[in-house]
Amino acid sequence: MSILIKGGRIIDPSQDIDKVTNVLIEDGTIKSFPRSATKYEKDRKTQVINARGKIVSPGFVDIHVHLREPGFEHKETIKTGCDSAAAGGFTTIVCMPNTNPVNDNASVTEYILLKARTEGKVNVFPIGAITKGEKGESLAQIGEMYEAGCVGVSDDGMPVMNSKVMRHAMEYVKAFDIPVISHAEDKNLSGSGVMNEGEMSTRLGLEGIPCASEDVMVSRDINVAELTGAHLHICHVSSEASVRLIRAAKKRGVRVTAEVTPHHFTLTDKAVDSYDTNAKMNPPLRGEADMKACIEGLKDGTLDVIATDHAPHSEDEKKVEFNLAPFGIVGLETALPLSLKLVEDKVLTLNQVISKLTDAPSAILKLNRGTLKKGAPADVVIFDPKKKVKIDRETFHSKSKNTPFHGWELKGEINYTIVNGKVVYSA
Amino acid sequence: MDFNRRHILGLEELSAEEITLILDTAESMKEVSKRDVKKVPALRGVTVCNLFYEPSTRTRSSFEIAEKRLSADVLNFTLSHSSVSKGETLLDTARNLEAMGASVIVIRHPMSGAPWLLAKELDSSIINAGDGSHEHPSQALLDLFTIREIKGNIEGLKVLVVGDILHSRVARSNIWGLLKLGAEVRVAGPPTLIPSHIENINVKTYYNLEDAVKGVDVVIMLRIQMERQDSEFFPSLREYARFYGLKREKLKLAAKDVVVMHPGPINRGIELSSDIADDAGSVILDQVSNGIAVRMAMFYLVASGGGNS
Repeated sequence: MSILIKGGRIIDPSQDIDKVTNVLIEDGTIKSFPRSATKYEKDRKTQVINARGKIVSPGFVDIHVHLREPGFEHKETIKTGCDSAAAGGFTTIVCMPNTNPVNDNASVTEYILLKARTEGKVNVFPIGAITKGEKGESLAQIGEMYEAGCVGVSDDGMPVMNSKVMRHAMEYVKAFDIPVISHAEDKNLSGSGVMNEGEMSTRLGLEGIPCASEDVMVSRDINVAELTGAHLHICHVSSEASVRLIRAAKKRGVRVTAEVTPHHFTLTDKAVDSYDTNAKMNPPLRGEADMKACIEGLKDGTLDVIATDHAPHSEDEKKVEFNLAPFGIVGLETALPLSLKLVEDKVLTLNQVISKLTDAPSAILKLNRGTLKKGAPADVVIFDPKKKVKIDRETFHSKSKNTPFHGWELKGEINYTIVNGKVVYSA
Repeated sequence: MDFNRRHILGLEELSAEEITLILDTAESMKEVSKRDVKKVPALRGVTVCNLFYEPSTRTRSSFEIAEKRLSADVLNFTLSHSSVSKGETLLDTARNLEAMGASVIVIRHPMSGAPWLLAKELDSSIINAGDGSHEHPSQALLDLFTIREIKGNIEGLKVLVVGDILHSRVARSNIWGLLKLGAEVRVAGPPTLIPSHIENINVKTYYNLEDAVKGVDVVIMLRIQMERQDSEFFPSLREYARFYGLKREKLKLAAKDVVVMHPGPINRGIELSSDIADDAGSVILDQVSNGIAVRMAMFYLVASGGGNS
């Protein structure tokens, strides 16, 4: 079975392509960009998808997703997380190890990959833990997890507080040339904070998490990366000073990359007003200057990629006192329209946004995805960037509906998501 | 003017006119409290539930007396602190109370924002009796009432709040109320207990009590929580009392007819030296009896205005 995507505007930043043409998919891979569609339209074995007026790009790659399985299947499963990804235009997702049990050894990695292969619609690459049980004490079975298929290590959600352990992790991963992915947070400085520290936390009487609790760890991790020469990737950057630190580190040649979430470049801590637990995440939504710095960082390349930090939680878990609600929001099904706002606001070009959702994240973890190169796995998304959409959490494919964007009117509709040459989602 | 609110959650969201209306209404309620038969039928047939997740005999008793003077049926529901995070959720508990017929819920909760959750999800009127470090509207309203009674007016007064501003709901509610009614507000305390960016809401911050107290008309002393001394906020109660305890020689720097207030219970020799505590005693007792009148006014306005129809 082959697919011909007809007449769309092909944007593939990995090859610097931006032109209106056709894409032929055969045997699960990108075959060619034929000039004429006529021949294939007559061929009954070829499914023709009319993409006129639409964008055709490599399927999106999200390197920061919580799939919750094993252990928290009431929030999300590998199946529903993949469904959510497909509906959001993502063909490849990278899942964090803070499951139960933690993905800190090859058997959990293998379980996740087996589940993903049998039940998941999109490509799943796991991240292994840095330390056993994400306890920050001794190194997890990094080599064996790498062999089993992990593409990086992270104690996401739980920073490695001990700098010596972090040093050893960064040294050790060099043997496999995978990055250490840092959730940069000084837990002591964060205390029992539940939102950004600032005027809003003072007004709401909630304990704050200062930007400094992110900044000191970004700084430490950059220093340790410099010491060890390892590839450091910083998760979900949220503060102005962290953007500045990463920019300076890149300038002097440190191997550091970084991501930002759509919520951190879209919202500020004002969204917490009236104690909306769907505006509670870690790192927290920050102030106006921080949000602007994240946008600036995306623009000048300091922040390499957009990643969602998709963090599903059930409605019961979120419908409680603000202090008791878990951190995190779902992000896979709102990422494209929120990112396209950057194009409308003239921060990034459409091609740059697509790059930050495709080849750039793929390169960080060496996934060999996020491209329409001939012979590459046919992971493709077709979307209409101008189509108005109203975010409706009830239509989400994710098991969880915890979003602060419900009811928002944005632009950008996913029409088709194709993974390895198979249509896995169509609007 | 009419009072068009179903809930009273905090002073930040009330206008100066609404606050004044509550204070004016409290004056007529105070008159009720002076009668031989201290009862009016305003809330006859209405079930009010006092849902307390923190032990607070004073506040709960004051609410209960206010409810009874308005002829409400009163249901007291006190839960231990630990039941907040274990067992039944707050919403489930509150829904049960509604099912028992409560149409006004007075809630005291150790976590900021808990009354907002109830207001969003329930049909009842919600009265905030103190949420976490956030607001304590009835306490601030009774403080405003007492100040107005003594000084005649709030506008133009210089008011100083001293102590643990960071964790104090009394401070926050008072700051909003005082600012809205046109007072100048100062806060003083150790820098570790002054919340971030408080100057953004038009409050002057002092770390030195002598400087802070100069020329003020009212001093509101906050109670220091004993457990704070074991954390890293300040070295010891002795040192706290030395720098931030109100003593006679410091108070001399204030305006001549300065009023000293305290939400109680006082730690004598810590927030207030004993002689000042004795002098301030009558005002502090006024605060207590005014508390009943103010709470009656809150119920009266919520029930008759936006109401529990």
